Amino acid sequence: YSSMARDGGVSCLRSSETMRVGIGGMESPPLDLDEVHVLAVDDSLVDRIVIERLLRITSCKVTAVDSGWRALEFLGLDNEKASAELDRLKVDLIITDYCMPGMTGYELLKKIKESSSFRQVPVVIMSSENVLTRIDRCLEEGAEDFLLKPVKLADVKRLRSYLTRDVKLSNANKRKLPEDSVPVNTSLPPPPSPFTISPVSSDSSPPLTISPESSDSSPPLSPLEISSSPLSSPIDDEDDDVLTSSPESSSAPEESPARRQKMRSPLD
Amino acid sequence: MDAHVAQLQMQYRNYILSLYQQGFLDDQFTELKSLQDDGTPDFVAEVLSLFFDDCVKLVGNMARALDQTGTVDFSQVGANVHQLKGSSSSVGAKRVKGLCINFKELCEAKNYEGCVRCLQQVDIEYKTLKAKLQDMFNLEKQIVQAGGIVPQVDIN
Repeated sequence: YSSMARDGGVSCLRSSETMRVGIGGMESPPLDLDEVHVLAVDDSLVDRIVIERLLRITSCKVTAVDSGWRALEFLGLDNEKASAELDRLKVDLIITDYCMPGMTGYELLKKIKESSSFRQVPVVIMSSENVLTRIDRCLEEGAEDFLLKPVKLADVKRLRSYLTRDVKLSNANKRKLPEDSVPVNTSLPPPPSPFTISPVSSDSSPPLTISPESSDSSPPLSPLEISSSPLSSPIDDEDDDVLTSSPESSSAPEESPARRQKMRSPLD
Repeated sequence: MDAHVAQLQMQYRNYILSLYQQGFLDDQFTELKSLQDDGTPDFVAEVLSLFFDDCVKLVGNMARALDQTGTVDFSQVGANVHQLKGSSSSVGAKRVKGLCINFKELCEAKNYEGCVRCLQQVDIEYKTLKAKLQDMFNLEKQIVQAGGIVPQVDIN
């Protein structure tokens, strides 16, 4: 796999921790003003990879982080004083998971909307639960949209219309990546085989023995995963309001924060 | 050579269809496949690999949480179930996801026996899926090695 530097890589690079792949020490290249930069926030590695791929297919540059704190750190909102780097930091869209340990997507949304530098940036919330009160709360706080997980390509394509910048979308509908954009996995060291599997019986004894001795055989956590600490905070408790039927949907996205829409419309 | 490829391709198609028909996979898996192209030929394998890593980790967490002599922290178990439900949903692992939905209710009900049984089922289920998908990837490899292309399978 070739190196990521070919096109300047991700436009805003802070540290290797913000990217799934360890790039480490790479200097931030000048920003390409025609390209859309999305900050994706999700504590699930699987979901980060998927959303990253979805965004890259739609010609976005992506910075993926694993927590609200990392997102704030990336945006320079984690301390009081304004960072001089903000002039160079261009974020066109922030897409965040709702349920995350530590800071929820809702809390992150509020902090972004409270900031003078980033309140104009559209924020989209993703959630696996279709909870009406949750959707309302987010939209009232200024979220542009609410996507139900699992997120699909059609959902992400619709997001392009919320972007503040006027960007050429000539390549947006092509599934093949534009030639100057980088596929998700180019900087991974080539694995021995794409899918290293051992026969089922050697993973661990098939009947699960629940005892302290049966430790999990997962590989050491990368710095990225260490920061998303196991799940000490309870998940949001609004399950009573699980929506069973879709709310009314409008045909075109609008500015109104009160708009509430289940994003995967059958019309797509 | 062509007959061999054709046979492998048919085997592959049938295998994929059976995985859907037996409820191992759902349309999110189809979606993932559609995101893969010539530039990212290992995307699906990579995502699934991460998913199975997740399974190992989360099942381990749950086993430890359920193995406390004394009080079991069901919210801790539930938090892990929630994570597993999320990632299984994201990759189209339909049966695993379904088990997680039940599991979540058992945690909320603080049903210890139920949770222990469900965890065992989850463990078996993800490992079964892993083996099935390995077979699928092996078939893909065989097709390519025989000089054929992996067919797009239309799930109806």
